[in-house]
Amino acid sequence: MADEKKKVLYHLSISPHIRARHSTTSIMGEVLLALMPAALFSVFYFGIRVLLVIGVCMASSVLAEWIWQKCTKQPVTIQDLSACVTGLLLAMNLPASIPLWMAAIGSVFAIIIVKQLFGGIGQNFMNPALTARCFMLVAWSSAMTNFTVQGVSTATPLTLIQTGGELPSLADCFLGTISGSLGETSALLLLLGGLYLCLRGIIDWTLPAVYIAVVFILSYCFGRDGLYEIMSGGLMLGAFFMATDYTTSPMTRKGRIIMGIGCGLITALIRSFGGYPEGVSFSILLMNICVPLIDRVTMPKIYGEVKSK
Amino acid sequence: MKRTLFNAPRTFKGGIHPPDFKKFTEGNPIQMYMDPQEDLVFPMVQHIGAPCKPLVKKGDECLRGQIIGEAQGWVSSPIHSSVSGRVKDVKPMLHPNGSKVMSVIIENDHMYREVEGMHQSHDYHQMSKEEILSIIREAGVVGMGGAGFPAHVKLSPPADKKIDAIIVNGAECEPYLSSDFRLLIEEPTKVVEGLKIVLHMFPEAKGYIAIEDNKPTALAVMRNLTLEEPRIQVVALKTKYPQGGEKQLIDAVIGREVPSGGLPADVGCIVHNTDTVVAIYRALLEGRPLMRRVITIAGGAVAHSVTFKARIGTSIRELVEAAGGLVCPPSKIICGGPMMGTALFSLDVPVTKGTAGILVFDPAEDHITRESACIRCGKCVSACPIHLMPLMLNQFALDMDWSSFEKYHGMDCIECGSCAYICPAKRHLTQTFKAGKRMIQEQRRKAAAEKGGSHG
Repeated sequence: MADEKKKVLYHLSISPHIRARHSTTSIMGEVLLALMPAALFSVFYFGIRVLLVIGVCMASSVLAEWIWQKCTKQPVTIQDLSACVTGLLLAMNLPASIPLWMAAIGSVFAIIIVKQLFGGIGQNFMNPALTARCFMLVAWSSAMTNFTVQGVSTATPLTLIQTGGELPSLADCFLGTISGSLGETSALLLLLGGLYLCLRGIIDWTLPAVYIAVVFILSYCFGRDGLYEIMSGGLMLGAFFMATDYTTSPMTRKGRIIMGIGCGLITALIRSFGGYPEGVSFSILLMNICVPLIDRVTMPKIYGEVKSK
Repeated sequence: MKRTLFNAPRTFKGGIHPPDFKKFTEGNPIQMYMDPQEDLVFPMVQHIGAPCKPLVKKGDECLRGQIIGEAQGWVSSPIHSSVSGRVKDVKPMLHPNGSKVMSVIIENDHMYREVEGMHQSHDYHQMSKEEILSIIREAGVVGMGGAGFPAHVKLSPPADKKIDAIIVNGAECEPYLSSDFRLLIEEPTKVVEGLKIVLHMFPEAKGYIAIEDNKPTALAVMRNLTLEEPRIQVVALKTKYPQGGEKQLIDAVIGREVPSGGLPADVGCIVHNTDTVVAIYRALLEGRPLMRRVITIAGGAVAHSVTFKARIGTSIRELVEAAGGLVCPPSKIICGGPMMGTALFSLDVPVTKGTAGILVFDPAEDHITRESACIRCGKCVSACPIHLMPLMLNQFALDMDWSSFEKYHGMDCIECGSCAYICPAKRHLTQTFKAGKRMIQEQRRKAAAEKGGSHG
């Protein structure tokens, strides 16, 4: 009897003994899923070459992460799909005509310089895809601002507002049949994906809602058409998919509201008064570096906190 | 009394919604298991406070209701034999909390001979607060929700604390467990009578019976029963974990915050578990000490999920057999609920006053997870019912940076497990906090001992 009992071994651990179903991998998978409508639309609208750009970005991101982790003898974590998300987001921020080698270098920059050098997932203080985009904008400014639609160079609506010219209709902006970075054009499909993430509880709706609302209101204040502003440029992509990046956004709702206001303010200022036609990337990156500060000042008051005497 | 918009069920800020798995247990009526076959084991620690001193020795005959463990001091609670028979041994035995505890082992003679003076019904209306307290104390009543705080200590708050709310905790927010629910619908009058006894002790106080709204039957039964009771109100709580946590319950029901490091009495409140209130009823009106409890046996590895009423001291292995036995080799055995319970390494432990349930998990239910890096999603921050920053505390604990751990209120963690449950990176958040809190408590004890030593 005693021997029989000895053989039985049970798992021992500290409570809790049950865990929620979701994981880092499943969350990243859902983000990829939410980006799919807009990404597929860009293939349809800009042409089959877009598939190559997306493929190169995703493959080089994953490969860069794998090689880095192998070389530095760390556990390989490419199965968490975060590198795939970075690759896809970067691709969606590039013009359809971008040379593939530039796309590859940008992806490697995002993964190695922005993410891994700072400690990997959860440790980077700026959004890798956006930082890589800005790096590419500085390094290859003409290639990065040459927007073509089916082989024909076409200015983006925001550039047209700055330089003058006939603007595409609001409906075109909403549906996405305009010029721009390959994944940013369709406000409708990005909104769809963003709402999906909100409903699934993956992102908090407050940050994108505040961000978009602030751009909307401030644009009117600065004498521009607010509705047109929120439908064009990278705002939808930025607000739902870039500003909400877990690692580089505040952890409390109060903090997310502050970040949303900051992003909206900077975006509207750059668009209205800056040299660049578009300010979403810069505004999010600038707010990214404020996140530790925001987190510090929005630390929640604990239950039953006793005032120190 | 806290008001909510449109009379919505009341709750607290934070928390999680784990699947409750109650469908396996809530439909099954309480089964009596009153004739245990194996020896009964009575650990001398079934409460918070000083361990009891065994009053019997090997070879003694003892009767049902006889005190076999004498309370040591005020914060302690006596232990009674739940059967009659011969004392087989007095030695350290495995306790459901995982440690070995001095225990009295009694061989059941199945005659259930009682000590004299049981079944004496008291008319509590004619009794003073002190008389009621001494009966509750003598009956060995402790908090039966798990912590095991002696009921008489809870019911004697310092004179300067004015108690105006007595809350019966029927939230039962732990998944799987249904012992409180069954008690609420099967013995509702005892719950109400027990609460009335406590209300008699505190004439200024109002009574609340708080139940999560996933138990509409219990809410309806209790509401019907208390229609004529002006001092008792039945409160529907939102179904959310940890709604049954003492602090969360007080926040939801009367909208007050227990100060950090304080007790419910600091905000004029006393909270009792459902089974505890029934034990108070039995002590006063049936003249019986605490000798039995309601316990849920559930999980995929056991044939049937059953809620038993069993004698304290009964072997858990025997109850699992009575529930149809094991259908597959268990992967994990948990004493208590899946969120806060203790994993056991043996089924050979007794039912104690604080054992609300035993879960026998099959391999599919047993979540074995691998930690990955924190992605700073903030889900733990919104889940924490105390509004802590679990991801930061986790880092402090791993770095053994105890001063930062304390500075960021790590000691206020109630160890509910919400943060670790919700973490997508499967980080062992609660686990490190539990370890960290123990480390700090140990350090404080050492520091206090050194200080005491140097001064004489």
